[in-house]
Amino acid sequence: MSKTQKAPGGVRSKGLTDYLNDENVRAVIYQIVAIALVILAGWYLVSNTLANLERQNISTGYGFLNLEASFGISESMIDYTPQSNYATALMVGFLNTVKVAFLGIILCTIIGTIFGVARLSSNWIVRKLATVYVETFRNIPVLLQLFFWYAIIPNAFPAARNAFQPLPDVLLTNRGMYIPVPVADNAYDFMGIAAIIAFIVIYFINKWATKRLDATGQPFPIVWASLGIFFGLVLIAYLIGGAPTAMDIPALKGFNIQGGYNISPEFMSVLIGLTIYTSTYVAEVVRSGIQAVPTGQWEAAESLGLKRSIALRKIILPQSMRVAIPPLTNQYLNLTKNSSLAVAVGYPDLVSVSNTTMNQTGQAIEAISIYMAVYLGLSLTTSLFMNWFNKKMALVER
Amino acid sequence: MKMKTILAAGAMSVAAIAANNAHAGAALDGIKAKGFVQCGVNTGLPGFSAANAEGKWEGLDVDVCRAVAAALLGDAEKVQYTPMTAAQRFTALQSGEIDILSRNTTWTLTRDAKLGLTFGGVNYYDGQGFLVPKALGVSHATELDGATVCVEPGTTTELNLADYFRAKGMSFEPVVIENINETTAAFFAGRCDVYTTDASGLASVRQTMAPNPDDYVILPEIISKEPLGPAVAQGDDQWADLVRWSLMAMVEAEELGVNSGNVDDMKKSENPAIQRLLGVSPGMGEALGVDEEWAYRIIKQVGNYGESYKSNVTAKLGLERGLNALWTDGGLQYAIPVR
Repeated sequence: MSKTQKAPGGVRSKGLTDYLNDENVRAVIYQIVAIALVILAGWYLVSNTLANLERQNISTGYGFLNLEASFGISESMIDYTPQSNYATALMVGFLNTVKVAFLGIILCTIIGTIFGVARLSSNWIVRKLATVYVETFRNIPVLLQLFFWYAIIPNAFPAARNAFQPLPDVLLTNRGMYIPVPVADNAYDFMGIAAIIAFIVIYFINKWATKRLDATGQPFPIVWASLGIFFGLVLIAYLIGGAPTAMDIPALKGFNIQGGYNISPEFMSVLIGLTIYTSTYVAEVVRSGIQAVPTGQWEAAESLGLKRSIALRKIILPQSMRVAIPPLTNQYLNLTKNSSLAVAVGYPDLVSVSNTTMNQTGQAIEAISIYMAVYLGLSLTTSLFMNWFNKKMALVER
Repeated sequence: MKMKTILAAGAMSVAAIAANNAHAGAALDGIKAKGFVQCGVNTGLPGFSAANAEGKWEGLDVDVCRAVAAALLGDAEKVQYTPMTAAQRFTALQSGEIDILSRNTTWTLTRDAKLGLTFGGVNYYDGQGFLVPKALGVSHATELDGATVCVEPGTTTELNLADYFRAKGMSFEPVVIENINETTAAFFAGRCDVYTTDASGLASVRQTMAPNPDDYVILPEIISKEPLGPAVAQGDDQWADLVRWSLMAMVEAEELGVNSGNVDDMKKSENPAIQRLLGVSPGMGEALGVDEEWAYRIIKQVGNYGESYKSNVTAKLGLERGLNALWTDGGLQYAIPVR
């Protein structure tokens, strides 16, 4: 207890104990002590680690990134051979992670939304089927699901020599799916540029149409116009490019099917596993989002004479988005992080390549620090994007 | 899960390294104090390290750990096993999670000098080979251009594979799966044309995991040298010495004709080499920091190298001694003198 008492008619000068008893001063002291302890602990761990690495004669630093990797990687979006260096190998892993996470996020959103809406369907069978889907795949650990898909694919499909052809020139084998792709040609570059131009044109037409709708109430068939512009421009570019028709068709050659584009069983397992698992959570998010919109909104829309589809698109979904976006962000982050499980089924993602690197070079701490930083970066990027999207969708207070 | 394991391993390595600011000889005292040897072994490679029907670990690699436990702790059973994948093993050893790594690990310069390991000798001379289904119709490794190859990550095998195909101007597509069981399952399901690892591993996989061993054939080419042996973390020479000489004692015992059956009689032998080995004339144990009966216990409880080889490798995989015969029989196993 403080003995400080104001003597009538005079102010007692403050002593040390007064400072120590001051709440604000104490708060500052506690914080300084806490920070000092954290720094001390950190310094202790780091210096010990360095001392021990030194004692075991393990070199530290990121110099190893320039050494030749000398191991093979099965699938790569950039040029990679065993002669490439470790930095390139890690880049291959990183791009593979991004590829599977990006496609996974898109697919799980589509599938999740379908099942989320289906769970609210008035049709009993549809509703129950959706419930069974969600409850089954949500409650099985995702690693087991990956193992499951990876066990299914090599066993369910035929060997390369008697590949199954669901469509002409599309081959399904236990080595994955092979699809024909066009042989590289200038025309495809033109088509890419045309697509970008089309998107810009569509963006401005969209803006103009909205403005006109607000001003005059005249709707504009924006969907058809956009499709027309997109395909029209791309087609024109294709014709200007000389309309190449050469295709790289997969065919059996030697042990394997050569040519075409190969979607490996490892990639399929990871993509299917992650997509299905995450889609169940997305379904729940969508369902809860829709249910969060009061029924009064439906009724109000109906009383204005709006069609049910218009009411869903213009009234209900924009409002449910506000509820759904933050938990959706979580699911996207989960999917990205879960993609590190790909190592279990041999998909060469960042973790898989880092593991190999760590093992061949002994640079465990460095390799782990790299992929931790990369996952953090990926997650923060996803987060930033979703926060931006959330802000855009949020209720504008007037 | 993998991610977490590695993060945990990373965190643990930092913590363990911090806790284990060792001086030479600390490992010996530490192991004596805890009363068992923590031994990193393969998750399942019959003949080298695999749990049998009763859940007891056995194999040539397991026997090295048992020998060390017999020498240091007096009982070959005082070993705890940590099954690990190829990719986990070195981190586990560096971090002190395991005392000794005896998991068909190839001794190379990089591992010895750069990864902070010390190898305790070679308990199996091996080389890398290829296992293919007979149906593939291939009889030589040079015909494998364009093949899909299953391989474990973080192994010398993975590197030799790339080197070999590069040297021969052939292409291949690797399928790299972390766990040996998943890898072999993928191979037998037809995901790969070829499975590659050390020839002994191929024999083990073919013999014990193939649906029908006769449908698979090991190609005659051996594309690398794979001296496999136990390893410990660098920085504690006394511990490394004990591991090295426990292995040497097993080979020396075979050279001298001492085995688990006759070791008691051999104590009366007039041969000074045998007397030194069995501690009848003292000095060796003291030098290693254990008692004089260390080698006697190894031979009594684990057996000599030949016995261990016969009961594990020959009995389970049907592999003859080959390179692993004693030097006197034309092989490479040669004990450094125990004196």
